[in-house]
Amino acid sequence: MNQRPQDVPVIAVDGASKSFGAVRALDGVGFAVRPGECVGLVGHNGAGKSTLVGIINGGLKPDAGAISLDGLDATGHYSIGEARSHGVRCVFQELSLCPNLTVTENTRITHASLKGFGWRRRAEALIRAKLDEIFPGHGIDCRTAISTLTIAERQMVEIATAFSETDSKVKLVILDEPTSSLDASLAGQLLAYVRRFVSGGGAVVLISHILGEILSTADRVVVMKDGKVVGERAAKEFSIEGLVAAMGSVVRARDANRPARDVSGLAPVLEQRAHTRAEAIDFVAYPGEIIGLAGLGGHGQTRTLVSLFMGQGGDWIPRHDSKVAFVAGDRHVDGNLPLWSILKNMTITLLPDLTRAGLVDDRQEGAIGKSWRDRIEIRTENLGNPILSLSGGNQQKVLFARALATRAPVVLMDDPMRGVDIGTKQEVYHMLRVEADKGRTFVWYSTEMDEVCQCDRVYVFREGRIVAELRGQEVTEERVLAASFAEKAA
Amino acid sequence: MKWLTAERLRLLVPALSLVVLLAAVFYLQPRTMSYTGLNLLFNLAVPIALATIAQMLIMTVNDLDLSMGTFVSFVACVTATFLQTDPLTGALILVGCIAVYAGLGVIIHLRNLPSIVVTLGMSFVWSGLAVLLLPAPGGVAPDWIRWLMTSKPPLVPMAIVASVLIAVIAHFLVMRSAFGVVIRGVGGNERSVARAGWSVVRARAATYALAGFFAVLSGICLVGLTTSADANIALRYTLLSIAGVILGGGEFVGGRVSPIGAVIGALTLTLAASFLSFLKIPPDWQIGAQGAILIIVLALRLILNRRESVEKAK
Repeated sequence: MNQRPQDVPVIAVDGASKSFGAVRALDGVGFAVRPGECVGLVGHNGAGKSTLVGIINGGLKPDAGAISLDGLDATGHYSIGEARSHGVRCVFQELSLCPNLTVTENTRITHASLKGFGWRRRAEALIRAKLDEIFPGHGIDCRTAISTLTIAERQMVEIATAFSETDSKVKLVILDEPTSSLDASLAGQLLAYVRRFVSGGGAVVLISHILGEILSTADRVVVMKDGKVVGERAAKEFSIEGLVAAMGSVVRARDANRPARDVSGLAPVLEQRAHTRAEAIDFVAYPGEIIGLAGLGGHGQTRTLVSLFMGQGGDWIPRHDSKVAFVAGDRHVDGNLPLWSILKNMTITLLPDLTRAGLVDDRQEGAIGKSWRDRIEIRTENLGNPILSLSGGNQQKVLFARALATRAPVVLMDDPMRGVDIGTKQEVYHMLRVEADKGRTFVWYSTEMDEVCQCDRVYVFREGRIVAELRGQEVTEERVLAASFAEKAA
Repeated sequence: MKWLTAERLRLLVPALSLVVLLAAVFYLQPRTMSYTGLNLLFNLAVPIALATIAQMLIMTVNDLDLSMGTFVSFVACVTATFLQTDPLTGALILVGCIAVYAGLGVIIHLRNLPSIVVTLGMSFVWSGLAVLLLPAPGGVAPDWIRWLMTSKPPLVPMAIVASVLIAVIAHFLVMRSAFGVVIRGVGGNERSVARAGWSVVRARAATYALAGFFAVLSGICLVGLTTSADANIALRYTLLSIAGVILGGGEFVGGRVSPIGAVIGALTLTLAASFLSFLKIPPDWQIGAQGAILIIVLALRLILNRRESVEKAK
């Protein structure tokens, strides 16, 4: 079988699968990038884009599936080091420069061959030439520390570093949301450079929430959903509407058919004015509502939840009758107290109510613990067991109980159902609805479409602000997707 | 104010506080403004400066060495005994110490242990070894180090020459060399250094070994000044070295360090003690007053940093 060199993929994965605990992040994905093409990769939260990128750059090992480089099998021994020596580079969404080093010094970190006498001069020449080539007139001084640069400048340096080459040639660059912090003219310079790089025989994988960018720059677009590739066509055969439709699910039954709640005459329990320069919608919450915060991950949802929580009191004075309770998303980082028992984990927010003369009333604490264990069915014999003896889903239930057991009328939830099994999820959805009918308000950031569609009202976030408000029957997957992705850069 | 970069600002505060303190000392006791006077003022700063550089290296990779004082004491004991009577064995012991430091770096990295705990444990080991070597104060400094530390170069006293030399060498190693970039990178963003294909274990081991080397030099120089050693001779160095790094513009995490600043910090701390003596503050109060000087300088830096970040936000 004789193939022309430009038909042999720089990298190809076949049947790649990857699971994180109960979550199947990738489910038999085939993906290939050939020299001289730019592939656009789109999909909503949890579609598997990041996992696929992780496998391509060697950071993650697939559970199953084959990887080949330039047509040669590399399954099993593929690693970050091998990816780098093969010319695969990655620009991550979260910046990966050393903030304490200068631009030049960061170039040295990326290129191990820049050493010996005069390395500083060579590194500076290399990075400056690349910056000039991609972003003419950038005005960045290569001798300043990264921490003194603006976010946009850091992003430019990161991109230029990825494209710069010393001993090994750059064959494939993965750009994960590269334009998220660049303004329109800089984004234009970058995309023009991507086209030049591709026509010179390089390969690029472009991930962006700005669909216009994908359609204008990519040759081919791959659409992912639920860990699978659900669509793959030449970019010119797609339209923006077509892409949004392809990202949505085929099953329409998920869309909620709940009528919009009548909130007229009710006083809002929580409000937050939008204070960005760009046009944005204010946040308002009424009693008894379940409000969803949707949009792609990291577009300001968690920040909004935290500022709603912090806005309810100072850090110095303990709040006895707080209006809000918080359910943490990453339970290992800011949820569990891992050395404590289930009961102690559950009642920590209630301690002011349980305290008599400075001491904790054990009997009352135990009674509250038992009643919540029965109400939300935490599967344990003894509440004195350590919290870590529970399964992940049950640990999360304890965190819910912690918030629900308070008298707070508003519960803020920071994507709490991540990595929880489907059975527990159903129980929690039911519990939320029951509590909401009693008049509690829930503000729910979720990265999963099923959950967003359970809400009475949904705010869709993009680039740090609320860009759409959907109520009742407007809450459909299609409309959430359409609002999450921009047609063109703001 | 383009020339006033963050790095220079970082150096400005410690440099200014040293100048102010020096001016105050000259005013209080004009006789210190001489060759001998300066040498006496800064003599003991040389080993402290070396220990501060060692501590700074450890802090570059976001760790902390709580065994600095006992380690320098142990090295001083080795210098006053083995290095004097049997130079080859002495040198081998010191090389072994450096290897132990490299090993500590490897263990701390691979087992993901807090450096504070490991070095706190090691401080008892070093202390015990030092007591075994010299149960009572004693020993004799080797002649060559005695000669080196008491030599009188023309024009500028030895203490100043040595401090400048230490600062320049450390600056070159940490701030200018290609190796220094990698270890500061580990402090700044360990993940990105690893992603770029570097071995972080090796970088950490090398950093610890280099720190061990500077600490060994510190112990040798100390004996050169005191002529004999004692198992508790340098216990203060742990806190002095940490304070010196911070005073000199370094930070506990983030790989933000300044070797020149660290040496200046060590000089300032030494000078502060003399300044308080010249003020005739009773010894009981001196440690407290030294702490007050430290707090004032750090507060000054905090204010400047805050102003800098406000200007950046504009």
